[in-house]
Amino acid sequence: MKNETIEDARTRSRGAAALTVDALAFRYRAADQKGNTWSLDNLSFRLETGEILGVVGPNGSGKTSLLKLLAGIMAPSKGEILLGSRPMAQLGQRDIARVVAMVPQDHVQVFPFTVADTVLMGRYPHRPSRLWSLGGGGETEKDLSCAQQAMSDTDVWSLADRLVSELSGGERQRVMVARALAQEPAILLLDEPTAFLDLNHQIEICRLISRLRSERQLTVVLVSHDLNVASQYCDRVLVLKEGRLIRMGSPEETIQPDLLRMVYGCEVVVDAHPHTGRPRVTIPMGSAV
Amino acid sequence: MAPPPRHFAPFHPVSLAPSVGEASRTGQDTARPYPCRILTLQRWLAIIAGLVAASLAVCALSLLFGATRIEMSAVVETLRHSMSAGEFDAATMSSPALIMVHIRLPRVLAGFLVGGCLAAVGVALQALLRNALADPYVLGVSSGAALGAALAMMFGIGTTLALVPALPLFGFLGGLLSLVVIYRLAQSQERLPVQSLLLAGVILNAILTAAIMFITSIMEPNRSAGLMAWLMGSLTAPDYTVLTLFACYAAVGMTILMRLAPELNLLTLGEGAARSLGVETERVKKQLFTVSALLTGAVVSISGMIGFVGMVVPHAVRMMVGSDHRLLVPASALVGGMFLVLSDTVARTLLAPTEIPVGIVTAIAGGPFFLYLLLCRKDRM
Repeated sequence: MKNETIEDARTRSRGAAALTVDALAFRYRAADQKGNTWSLDNLSFRLETGEILGVVGPNGSGKTSLLKLLAGIMAPSKGEILLGSRPMAQLGQRDIARVVAMVPQDHVQVFPFTVADTVLMGRYPHRPSRLWSLGGGGETEKDLSCAQQAMSDTDVWSLADRLVSELSGGERQRVMVARALAQEPAILLLDEPTAFLDLNHQIEICRLISRLRSERQLTVVLVSHDLNVASQYCDRVLVLKEGRLIRMGSPEETIQPDLLRMVYGCEVVVDAHPHTGRPRVTIPMGSAV
Repeated sequence: MAPPPRHFAPFHPVSLAPSVGEASRTGQDTARPYPCRILTLQRWLAIIAGLVAASLAVCALSLLFGATRIEMSAVVETLRHSMSAGEFDAATMSSPALIMVHIRLPRVLAGFLVGGCLAAVGVALQALLRNALADPYVLGVSSGAALGAALAMMFGIGTTLALVPALPLFGFLGGLLSLVVIYRLAQSQERLPVQSLLLAGVILNAILTAAIMFITSIMEPNRSAGLMAWLMGSLTAPDYTVLTLFACYAAVGMTILMRLAPELNLLTLGEGAARSLGVETERVKKQLFTVSALLTGAVVSISGMIGFVGMVVPHAVRMMVGSDHRLLVPASALVGGMFLVLSDTVARTLLAPTEIPVGIVTAIAGGPFFLYLLLCRKDRM
């Protein structure tokens, strides 16, 4: 834990990349005869500390695969990922989990775990593996306060004693964000964080992410189907199609009608958002179709 | 009105469930006790202590029942007598004490250990497969272990093989094989639906049972009869050497399972999520497979195939104490031990002096529960 923060502080002071992806390629099964295509093909980019990156692209373009590779859930077939200056392949899962946290798309819990239990699971990478940690009550004061902070940040504190399996999709999603925040990550990966949320919680999660970025220099990778979320909240947007990086740049550089037509194969209208001035995507009705 | 005396204040928890809005706004108030239910050391100790006491009581009671009812006073009397004489020799013991020390006590101890191991393995398999109906018997792990043990019997491999007891070893190998097959099937999809998992278990069971039947059919009749009786699942009084060995297996296996409890908690989220939270899933899975197969192999070699303990007990315990595996694993083991000791007491006494194989009792008790879960709780599987 201490090494981590020192490392991070150094990274920050240098203004170096939080994450470097170098010639990354991945395919699910090499032996797969018909679908022997690459899920991700020769991807290279850098992510600065404190940056919010949006990843967009049509279904099956490799967005979730990219996120799983960045979270260390899967190992790349080619290329490498650097966390700060260290290659991810040389780190243990625990080391990775102290730096990178992932919020998965959905969460299925078959057993009756409470929200508090689930959020406290996020403290696992910070807990030393002791020889005699047989019983309960292994949580330290820090674990408890971290989990509590994460739960109040995501507005699930009132649900702490409820069972995760009884929650609505949106509540569950916020619990997953709380669990990820309890990991105290330097890099947060979000897979469709707003998919199940109603409007007020969508806004809340997006605001929370912006706030954490400014408070803790959190680096965020956000996969979203919603081009407007990507455009409004992200510093840069990465456009993927069939596993290839099509373009990466500011929302103005990426959310363009020509590019979106090429990637998604449909017409969209892009204008400026009345408040932020950032590109806003709408689907034309009637005449344009 | 006089204000309440000051010294009462500390006994009033300010509020166990703080006003929600306030808590979420301030966020930090760790001075108070953690205001939601989590597994604290006190709770862990209280529940485990209660279960240990209950286990002792159940074991002591079941010592009194059997083909002949033994009065507690007679037992205490004879035991005190032989204790003071420093004699535990079977030849000089009175018959109640003899039954007690050399037949019932080892049998109750064996039953307790077998039940505990089966329940603990059930917990581990349920977490690993993310399925509350997983059980070493239903999934064919017990059959695999039984096939291994039957093979060892067929080739007449003595009780030891290079100083390692052969039956548990072969049982271990057979159980491990079944587990790997089942897990590969479950892993081929994100999470195997419960029906497919059970179907896979049924098919695996059928294949393994056929293999065991084949072995019994080519054995000499008197040996195959013994094998069949063993397969039905029965507890007989093991001698103390076997019992000690089995206790060692159980102790090692239980310790490893309890150490892996936090990892089991995380594995219930799915393998990907567990890995992203820092679990070395490949290593943990290998350890879990090995321990499960080891315990199942040891159990099967001592008691044959006893079903449903590994499914019913964890499920019931989870309803009582919650899902945290740090508590669930030891609590299930204790309750499983009690359950099997009670079942065995029923098996011994119901039609005394005839004994029913205890596997039949647990199946009759557990099978309907299993069906109930399958029918009524489908939405949550």
